[in-house]
Amino acid sequence: MRWIWIDRFVSFESGKSAMAVKNLSLAEDFFADHMPGYPVMPAPLILEGLAQTGGILVGDANNFTKNVVLAKIGKASFKRDALAGESLTYTTTLLQMSEVGGLVAGTVHVGDEPIGEAEIFFAHVGPEQLKELTGSDNFVFTGNLQKMLGLAKAAAKKPEASGAA
Amino acid sequence: MTRDDIFKKVAATLVEALNVDEDQVTMASTLQGDLGAESIDFLDIVFRLEREFSIKIPRNELFPESIFQGDPDFVKDGKVTAKGLSELKAKMPYADLSAFEKNPTLEGISDLFTVNLIVSYIESKLASGAKAAA
Repeated sequence: MRWIWIDRFVSFESGKSAMAVKNLSLAEDFFADHMPGYPVMPAPLILEGLAQTGGILVGDANNFTKNVVLAKIGKASFKRDALAGESLTYTTTLLQMSEVGGLVAGTVHVGDEPIGEAEIFFAHVGPEQLKELTGSDNFVFTGNLQKMLGLAKAAAKKPEASGAA
Repeated sequence: MTRDDIFKKVAATLVEALNVDEDQVTMASTLQGDLGAESIDFLDIVFRLEREFSIKIPRNELFPESIFQGDPDFVKDGKVTAKGLSELKAKMPYADLSAFEKNPTLEGISDLFTVNLIVSYIESKLASGAKAAA
């Protein structure tokens, strides 16, 4: 199943912050059912996009050698719905990183307007624990996420190129 | 920092991590039985304590994972053997084993993970940090 909830990284600074955009087309499957006649993006999917933007920061901190799982969302709040036709900007910063895992703070904006924020804790887990938690020992950094990393790295190179020019 | 100061900070950390009320947290509270901690919460607690007290907590030092790995020398018929007890003492030097020793069942191990265990661990960690800095 396709499970990427961001369209593009706009910036990526290893160990510090990542920013990505998600465009909401009315053609997205979820709008058909959520809600009929009032297409709004389900908040858990917004959190997933935010987690993908921030999770890659945690994975990157150890060169993707450790299994990273979204362990807990300690805080999350939304000011309003995200509507079809809008473009969401996910901004994440790495607050704390240790052997245990990483803590990421994230905000969701439509243009300049903040519409949501969350604090997400990612944990490093060993193969045994991963199996226990998810039923799979190859769950986290799949091919799709590696592609996302490529996008992130490509985005990271941009400021250097423009700086040199 | 006094033991009471450490307790207050640990309690505040647990209130945040486990979404429990402040008055639920006492020195004797067990993390799993009384405060409802799940496996991922243990990682979250360690992580928060590191931030709160500006210390590093190596994996398995505060909350050792799968202590016995089903080793028959350590556990026999659901009971922890004498050898197992000394292993437990070595791996969890901050745990209060006095009650556990009277009835050392495998299930009873989870009750060793108490607020008191965390406070004692942090206390010793801060003391050794202060010594290293001196």
